[in-house]
This record gives sequence, structure tokens and C-alpha cells, in this order.
Amino acid sequence: MRKSKQSPLTSTVLAASILAVAGWSTSARAEWKPTKTVEFIVPAGTGGGADQMARMIQGIIQKHNLMAEPLVVINKGGGAGAEGFLDVKGSKGDPNKLIITLSNLFTTPLATGVPFKWTDMTPVAMLALDEFVFWVNAKSPYQSASDYISAIKAGGPNKMKMGGTGSKQEDQIITAAIEQTTGVKMTYVPYKGGGDVAAQLVGQHITSSVNNPIEAVAQWRAGELRPLCVFDTQRLPYKEPIANGKAWSDIPTCKEAGLDIGYLMLRGVFMPPGATQEQVDYYVGVLQKVRETPEWKDFMKTGAFNTSFMTGKQFEDWLKKAEETHRSLMEKAGFVAKS
Amino acid sequence: MSNPIEPRERTVSVRLMELVVAGMFMAAALLVMTDNWRIGARWADDGPQAGYFPFYVGLIMLIASSVTFVANLMVKEGRPSNFVARSELTRVLQVLVPAAVFVIAIGYLGIYVSAALFIAAFMAWLGRYPAHRIAPVAILVPLALFFMFEVWFLVPLPKGPLESWLGY
Amino acid sequence: MEALSSLIHGFAVLSDPMNILYMFIGIFLGVLIGVLPGLGGANGVAILLPLTFSMSPTSAIIMLSSIYWGALFGGAITSVLFNIPGEPWSVATTFDGYPLAQKGRAGAALTTAFTGSFLGAFVATLLLTFLAPLIAKFALQFGPAEFFAVYLLTFCSFVGMGKESPFKVISSMMLGFALAAVGLDTVTGQLRMTFGTVELLRGFDFLVAVIGLFGVGEILLTMEEGLAFKGKTAKINPKVVLETWAELPRYWVTAVRGAMVGCWMGITPGGATPASFMSYGLAKRFSRNGARFGTGEVEGVLAPETAAHAAGTSALLPMLTLGIPGSPTAAVLLGGLLIWGLQPGPLLFVEQRDFVWGLIASIYMGNIAGLIVVLTTVPLFAAILRIPFSIIAPVIIVICAVGAYTVHNALLDISIMLIFGVLGYVFKKLHYPLAPLVLALVLGDMAESSFRQAMLVSQGSLTIFWSNPLVGSIVTLALVMLSWPVISLFLQKLRSPRKPDAPVVAG
Repeated sequence: MRKSKQSPLTSTVLAASILAVAGWSTSARAEWKPTKTVEFIVPAGTGGGADQMARMIQGIIQKHNLMAEPLVVINKGGGAGAEGFLDVKGSKGDPNKLIITLSNLFTTPLATGVPFKWTDMTPVAMLALDEFVFWVNAKSPYQSASDYISAIKAGGPNKMKMGGTGSKQEDQIITAAIEQTTGVKMTYVPYKGGGDVAAQLVGQHITSSVNNPIEAVAQWRAGELRPLCVFDTQRLPYKEPIANGKAWSDIPTCKEAGLDIGYLMLRGVFMPPGATQEQVDYYVGVLQKVRETPEWKDFMKTGAFNTSFMTGKQFEDWLKKAEETHRSLMEKAGFVAKS
Repeated sequence: MSNPIEPRERTVSVRLMELVVAGMFMAAALLVMTDNWRIGARWADDGPQAGYFPFYVGLIMLIASSVTFVANLMVKEGRPSNFVARSELTRVLQVLVPAAVFVIAIGYLGIYVSAALFIAAFMAWLGRYPAHRIAPVAILVPLALFFMFEVWFLVPLPKGPLESWLGY
Repeated sequence: MEALSSLIHGFAVLSDPMNILYMFIGIFLGVLIGVLPGLGGANGVAILLPLTFSMSPTSAIIMLSSIYWGALFGGAITSVLFNIPGEPWSVATTFDGYPLAQKGRAGAALTTAFTGSFLGAFVATLLLTFLAPLIAKFALQFGPAEFFAVYLLTFCSFVGMGKESPFKVISSMMLGFALAAVGLDTVTGQLRMTFGTVELLRGFDFLVAVIGLFGVGEILLTMEEGLAFKGKTAKINPKVVLETWAELPRYWVTAVRGAMVGCWMGITPGGATPASFMSYGLAKRFSRNGARFGTGEVEGVLAPETAAHAAGTSALLPMLTLGIPGSPTAAVLLGGLLIWGLQPGPLLFVEQRDFVWGLIASIYMGNIAGLIVVLTTVPLFAAILRIPFSIIAPVIIVICAVGAYTVHNALLDISIMLIFGVLGYVFKKLHYPLAPLVLALVLGDMAESSFRQAMLVSQGSLTIFWSNPLVGSIVTLALVMLSWPVISLFLQKLRSPRKPDAPVVAG
């Protein structure tokens, strides 16, 4: 065995300690930099979509040396993420803390009444938006969204079973929106994670799902699942064929299919309240560099993400609008906790 | 425990302890039942509501612990029984009290410094070790943990003023 | 045979010295993670996932899965030595492992645990090699009703034993269920029993409770006994491994049963923790030595460890072939696959031959290497018991505190652990059994949500639990298990004219 190749661990240890020393000596410069380990909080458990993305970012930063101090991922998923958000809300002025969000930024406070909202934190940047696709089992007779919609209408209430992740969160919100459009109630079955939902659909324990692309793409490629439509205003841009010569871009939008519903999930990064502009700028810079790496681009492509990137005022406006949308969707569906 | 109990070793009887624990179970059961009744403990059209199972769990707990409670009430204190001898209790508290102090200290001093102090205090007080045998254990164990968690695994544990002075 | 040639190809991939190096690093780290309570396999793999970015996917999965094997092995160490389960799936190992160590047979307990783990993994890997596609289809049959049936079966094969007052057993079990229900209800999204506090949002974690009840509780009991200030007289015997091996073949039925339970639970996917409980329960019920379980029986260590490792290994199967995470650790590995740009699913075996067969080959190698690593350390670990209590006790408490904290990164969990420690001490003194509490805590949440999911699917009709042969037979089997004490009494009456032994072996 060649001696020159160190174990990845020792080299990381070395790198970390060297970087720590480097960070110390250059801290006199005007530009703000984190002075100690930065905690990257995931308001969800290990293994989910947000966790994956956070660890991806951690890995990219480590591999390309994008930050002077190490970034560590911490899961605080209790109470549908409330634990993580409350932690950040309570760490006013701590610049060494970040949090990645899911839709639970909007849904958890509404559904549970736990007091936090996005204005309790400092928005850094929108990293990407996660798409939602309407899926059915490939063995089912429904070739298009309109086939399935007519089957829902013909079958009557609770005939069709929609599986989704969690309760009163994004998947159930979309389900409620579909119910409002069709006027027919579906049975919503909540599962722990998106992977489970996709597998349950393959096993035909449920009749449809609104999985994110990355959760169901493997089953689509294997010919087990069929995408009906995507819950976005325009088709996905990815033209590479995935299954049977079809690409993500071949999936019609749900609006085209007569189901006028759009929903995107925010993958954004926030800081605790009271962060200075310099601190925000620093992290925006790091995240921009992350977005430039080939690993990130590949990941975006595999997961058919919407790669919108927003910061500052534009991001805040988007957040305001998204908060309103969630409130009205959840109020209509009766998901808002009575206080 | 069946030997006659020296008066100075007497603490509380097993029976009293049984009653206290069963009583605590009953109180916990009532708490569980009331909170779950509040959020809905009935069987709705599409299956049980959120509080259904916990409510009945509480109810079963209440019944079972009531039986234990009543059974112990009925038992006549034939021969006196002692839950724990005084000397035994002292020894238990010798661990428990420092451990509790340690846990509280973590919030202020961080886990590494508290651990060093706790190990040192414990070894000095209960083991009566000389300083030169205490120091290696009390320093090396927290240090090893520090390197393992903060440097290798990048898992931040609670830290205090010392670590932040060192730049962590 | 196609699988065989693919496997040989896999070994060729593995023969790259770098991959072997990664394998050993992985096992070493895994054992370390397994030994530290709290920092479980899933957390450990997640923490080290970003390190693997600069490697090829094949090397990365070899290292990460080796961490997993290491953690599966390592979980047993603290269970045996200090009554602290390093991992959820080693709780059942404490039941007999710790008493064995107390009798001065720590070496035998550790050897049995490691050997059992290895056997379980080996059987599961054979399954993975030759029957993967077939079994994958089977996993798809599992909907909410089937999941509930599996949890019910686990429960029924474990409960209904012990000499304690039945009312205390029930109280203790119900406390476990009640604690499991604290926090967010996954089915309706309502908060239960949090009483408006933020700290209760995350609920009571099984591991925090177990570290307190077993680990801290045991330290308090040891202190009370007072004979603690001297080290235990565990003699270091380098031949302990061979001597234990000579003893093991007579428990082959338990080992086979454990491996089968484990494979079944890993694929379905019930997970390693329920598998270990189920296997222990079945062994206790059907073994000749059953009545002595809990007092330090080698068989009582063999049963849960074989099942846990078999389940841990076979959980990779639905992950690779279907993209279903069979365990929390598998869920993290699944995330890893996506990060490395691989798509788990039915096509993985076709498109990524190097990767899949390299992984499978590494499971064989990783477990052999792991077994060698841990077995050589048996005398070393057994020697830890000779360290005087006044040194080791504070160190154990510190490690317990670290473990309780790392489960959820929550400071309050350390205090909760200590409270559970006191509870464990009092319960033990008043003969409230801890095992039902722990089992209820670990299964309660999963069982309840799958039951309610099933109810949503069937719109409130209980007939769903007999709606197809699969779920029907599991539920029926569970009920048979529950009423087993009555049935076995009946069988004994029938047989009593003849010889009274002849244990029944169940599959």
C-alpha cells in the first residue's frame, strides 16, 4: 500500500486543523468570516430530502475547500421540524448557524400552532425548488392526468388512495388542492418518508402519489411508475430521456392536463435573526460557489430540481407570497390549528 | 433484605415505596388520559383519532396500577421491610448527586470541562486516588472525546467558555 | 450460475488495495460508533457520508457499509460489559449478555455475540447474492396492514413471560406506549402530550430511555451493593474464543431461527431492533434453556445478535433493488447513493454491476474482517471489567451523557437520561420489568401509525387484517404466539404420559 495516500479521515483531520489555524491568522481582514465551526441545522430526520441536500452541501464544501471553518450538519427534526426552527429563532445574533428549510417552514406553525415564522430568521438564499409530480402505478389504466381525474370523479369519495409524506404537510396540501378542484374526497395515507411512499405505490397499496422527482425516478425508469403531470407552471427543462425514451420535459404540467394546481417546495437557507449584511453576503457567496460545482449540477439534474436561485429582496418577496399561498391552501383544507 | 433491620438502617418500607410508585403511575395515567381526551379519543369514520390509543393506554395503566396500589394497601405490614438500607442509600446518592451536578454543569461549562471535573471529583472522593493517578484519566478521557466528536466526526457537543476561548 | 460469476467479479472489484483499506477504516470507525451509545449506525453513517465525496461510489459504499457492519458488531460490546446498549438492536443482548459478564464470562458473551452476528450476516448475504430479485418482489407486498401484523407478531412473541406481577408488567408496558406517543402524531399532525413545551416536541427517544434505564440504573444498583470498589475478577483468557466456539454448535437451532427471523424482518422491512426482540422471545419460548434466560445464558446472547445482524444486512436488499430503506441506516445509505449520482432501484443491478457486486463482495469480506477485528479485541474488552469501579463509573456516566446528547443534539435529553436512571433503579427494586417498557417504547410508535394507516386504507374496517393470505397468516401466527403459554400447557397435558421434553421448533 502506498504511504502517500492517507486515509480520508486523517486528511480531513489535517485539513480541518490546518484550516483552523489559517482561519485564525487571517481573521484580521475586513471581510466577515465565520470564526468557528458552523452548524447547519436540518429540521428533519436523517435520510430525508433536506438531510440529503444538507449533507451534499457539507460534502461539496469540504471537498472544494469553500469555507475556512468546517460545516457540520445537525438534525433537529422534533415536532415536524419545529425544534430546529425554534433553535434558530432563539439563537439571535449567532452567525455560525444556518438552517435548511422544507415546506415545513410554512406548514408546521400553521398546523401545530408552534410559534415561529420565516420573519423570525434572516433569509440567506433560495438554493433550489423541489418539484412535485403526480404519479400512478404503471400497471394502472390511467395514461394521463385527465384519465385519473375522471376515475376519481366516477369512483366517488374515498375510492382513490393518495399516499404522501407526513401529515398536513406539502403532500397533503396538494392532495387537498386536488380534492378542491375535483370536488371528490380522496383517502390520504401519511407515511414516514418519500421512498416509502413510492414503494407503496409500486406495491399498489395506494393508487397515486405526489412524490418529488428524486424519490420516484428510479421506479419510473424501471417501468413501475408512471408520471401523469408536474405541479408547476411550466414543463421541466431536463430533456435527457429517462424511461421509454421519455424525459422529464415530456411530462405535461398539471395545468395543461386540466388540473390547475402549482406547488413547489422551498429548499432555502436561513440564519438566526439579527445577522448582519456582511454575514449574509458571506454565506450567499459560499452557496453560489456550491452551485457552480459539477457535483451540485449533477444532483440538480438527477432530482429534476427547479434551479431558481434568489437572495435579498427578491427572496423575501417570494417568501411573503409563499407564506400567503400556504395559509390560504391550508385554511381551505382545514389544516390550521385552532389556537 | 429479610434479616431484621437495624433501626439506624431504616429508611422507608417497601410497602410505602410500592404505594408511592403505583400512585405515580396512576397520576401519570390520569395525565395521559386527560390530554388525549382533549385532542379526541374516539373512533372516527376513518379509524381511531389521534388520542384514541394513548387514551386507552392510559386507562389500562390506571387500572393496572390501581390494582397494585390496592393490593399493597391490603397487605398487612407483617414483618417490617426496608426499601433500601441507609448505608446503601448513601452509596447510591454518592453517585447520583455528583452525576446530577455534572449534568447541570454541562449547560454552563460544556460537556468536556464538566466531565473532567466530574471524573476527578469522583475518583478523589470515592476512590481516594492520588492526584497523579486522577489527572491522566480526568484529562485524557474528555480530550479523547473532544477529538473524536469535534474534530473527527464533526459532531458538536455542548461547549462552554473554555472551548470558545480556544476558538471552538 | 450467473450470480456466482457476478460475485467473482465483485471480489475482483474489491481486490483493489484502496478498497480493502477503506473497508478496514470503515470497520474500525463502525465499531467505535457502535460502542458509543447514542451515536447509532444511522447517525454514524450520516456523519461520515460527506467524507466519502472524493471517493468513487464503489469505494464510498464499501467504506460506509463497513461502518454499518462495524456498528452492528460494536453495539454488543457495551451491552455485555456495562448493560448499556450501544445500539437499539443490542438491547436484547443485555438481557443475558450482562449477567454473563457479571458471572465472569464476558469473554464468552462477547465471542457469542460476535459469532452470532457474523452467522446472521452470512446467511443474509447468501440470500442477497442468490435470491435478490425474487425477494425484492416479496417486500412490495407489505402495506400498512402487513407492517402492523409484523409489529404485532414481534410483540406477541416477546410478551407473556416473566415471574413479575402481571399488573406491574402491564403498567410498565403501558408506560412505554404512553412515552412513545409523546410528540407529533405522524398520522394527523397533531401534538400529543407536549403540554405546550418545546422540549417535549421531539418526544422520548428510545435510546435516551434505554441508556438511562439500563446503563445508569445499573450503576446505581452496583453502588448499592457496595462490593463495587474492586474490579471484577474477569480473567483474561486468550483461549476464550475457541472454548466458546466449542460450545456454540449445540445452539444451532437458535442460530438458524435467529438468522431466519432476521432475514425476514430485514426484508419486510421491520428492522433490526424488532428482529432482535422477536428472536430473543422465540428462543426463550422454544429453547430447552428457556426458563433460565435472563440469568446469563449463551443462547440468550446468540439469538438476538444473529437476528439483528441478519436483519441489518438483509435490509440492504430492498434498499438496492427497490429503493425502500429497510432501516434508518439504509435510508441514509440510500441518500448516499443519490448523492453519488446512482439511482437505487430495479435497474441498479443491471446498470451498476461493479457497484452492486463490489458491495455484495464487501459484505462477505467486511464481515469476515469485522469478525477478526472484534474477536481479537475480546480479551482486551473483557479486561476493561478489571478497572476499578470508582474509575470506570464516572467514565461510563460521561459516555452515557454524550450518548444521550448525540441522539437528538438536545441538552435536556441528558437530564431525562438521568431521571430514567433513577426510574430504572426504583423499578428494578420493586420488580417492575423493564423489557416490556422498552419494547413498547420502540415498537409503540411504529405499530400505532401502521395500524392507523391501515385503518385509513380500509376506512375503519378491521377486516383488512385478514384481507389477504399474507397479512392473515401473520396476524393469526401472532395470536397463536400470544396464547402460546395456554397452548403449550395443553400440549404438555396431551403428551404427559410420554416423555416431557422434545421442544417444539417453530419457523
